Amino acid sequence: MTRLRAPRFGEAGPGAPRFGEPGPGAPRFGEAGPGAPRFGEPGAVAVREPRGFDAGRIRADFPILGRQVRGRPLVYLDNAATTQKPQAVIDALAAYYSEINANVHRGVHELSERATDAYEAAREKVRRFVGAGSAREIVFTRNATESINLVAHAFGDPAIGEGDEVVISAMEHHSNIVPWQLLASRRGARIRVAPIDDRGELVLDALEALLNPRTKLVAVSHMSNALGTINPVHDIVKLAHARGIRVLLDGSQAAYHMPVDVQDIGCDFYAATGHKLYGPMGIGFLYVKESAYAEMEPFLGGGDMISSVTFEQSTWNEPPHKFEAGTPDVGGAIGLGAALDYITAVGLEEIARHEHDLLDYGTRALESIDGVRLIGTARRKASILSFVMEGVHPHDIGTIVDRQGVAIRTGHHCAQPVMQRFGVPATARASLAMYNTTADIDALVDALGRVRELFG
Amino acid sequence: MSELTDLYQEVILDHNRRPRNFGTLDGASHHAEGYNPLCGDRLRLFLRVDGGVIGDVRFEGSGCAISKASASLMTDSIKGRNVEEVRRLFERFHRMVTTPPGQDVEDLGKLSVLAGVREFPIRVKCASLAWHTLKAALEREPLTSTE
Repeated sequence: MTRLRAPRFGEAGPGAPRFGEPGPGAPRFGEAGPGAPRFGEPGAVAVREPRGFDAGRIRADFPILGRQVRGRPLVYLDNAATTQKPQAVIDALAAYYSEINANVHRGVHELSERATDAYEAAREKVRRFVGAGSAREIVFTRNATESINLVAHAFGDPAIGEGDEVVISAMEHHSNIVPWQLLASRRGARIRVAPIDDRGELVLDALEALLNPRTKLVAVSHMSNALGTINPVHDIVKLAHARGIRVLLDGSQAAYHMPVDVQDIGCDFYAATGHKLYGPMGIGFLYVKESAYAEMEPFLGGGDMISSVTFEQSTWNEPPHKFEAGTPDVGGAIGLGAALDYITAVGLEEIARHEHDLLDYGTRALESIDGVRLIGTARRKASILSFVMEGVHPHDIGTIVDRQGVAIRTGHHCAQPVMQRFGVPATARASLAMYNTTADIDALVDALGRVRELFG
Repeated sequence: MSELTDLYQEVILDHNRRPRNFGTLDGASHHAEGYNPLCGDRLRLFLRVDGGVIGDVRFEGSGCAISKASASLMTDSIKGRNVEEVRRLFERFHRMVTTPPGQDVEDLGKLSVLAGVREFPIRVKCASLAWHTLKAALEREPLTSTE
């Protein structure tokens, strides 16, 4: 079996590929070597069944999936918290630090030049991945939380004042609630919350009814981390833009489950995090529509975000650098680039189809267990199975299934208002990624059987 | 699997299903609320202290089996005891659930069923929530948290 693997940097010999550029004849992602078919293309080593998807081959690319926990093979179903990393990402990080580590945007020396090229090449990969018009529109951050906080400060502080309103939804993660609360208290603004129904779907009419001349921003998740609901983001953008209101989408969950095209959606800001995109922790990004830059002030001050500094005043660098103060996580950005290459090679359409089949399978499996109730049954949803079990607290479920090697999340999933909406203190949540299989769901169901055995 | 059955012993499951001293207490002299942000467990504890003795105790709230059973067992074990003794029991209980697994711990009678929690470090907070709430109630603090 051939592993999807990043090209090594600085491979010996004339004509060796530069960082991030596979040279002629160098294997590309998902290729077994020159002339080999790309992943998922007809003729690939594992021929695709009509609805088939070779999760087994993908699993082999993720070293951690081969380990045991609690003396049993790991069944990793906590992907909404973070996904595991393919070897290609681990190799890209190691290769960066072994071969080209240097600070970016300032050195004239060889390594700095190569590190800068690689960092900017990663930005271009993010641009392509989300369909932005220009790499200028991609700001690297630490994670989606920082991306949202960046907007709350850089856009929110100058644009949102006393009596103005920010509309969010009732399914938001704390990271898309708290920055707006802080902004509201800084600026005397107000947060309005669009409700969700019993299935966990956003009530679009109610959101529209909240929009008024004081509304300066709509900030909603593309996909709910607690419920799996996929929001009608095109409609939301249309409603907001018709009134001249900018829209931020929290894409933390959506970005690794479905193809995202920010120009097609039309949003003004799109926040995402690398560690859920099979990339390293500590790197995330924010898409900013070019026209929104004119309304934004710097976020953090420091090196790289300036064009000149005197004690009297400073002038700002051009976006996106204006919003990237200090030494960035260059290795992380490169690792993220490798992760996006990996996802693209597998194909997000294929990933989405596979995960959807698995979600259907898991939904049926959980619904067939006595006393299990799914929380979040939106008609459009992805990859999240949030549930409660009669007579057993989710925390006990988590502990018991963990002892069978099954990793799920239990608790409020950083979405306490969602728990309140459904009248539960917490849920158990199994969340899927490209490498999960029906065997993982079966292992969860077996482990839940053990819960029943213990609790009666 | 033996750790699991050590943790979820029949006594614990029974106290989870049928918690003792569950409800509110009229005429409570002390009361406190405990909260475990990790699992969202909330617990309200009511005490009636007469002449330095725990005359009566009740608790209510929602939580996992460990926190509920621990609260139930605690209320049973402190009723009728004097406050100083109860404070010492808090320390002894705390020592029991935080001693690393494999090391000997003091036999605390019925409360010893919770010693199994040591194999599950993240669940120690569940077992100690009621006790922290008790301590806070006796110190007349209005709210406590195990975080």
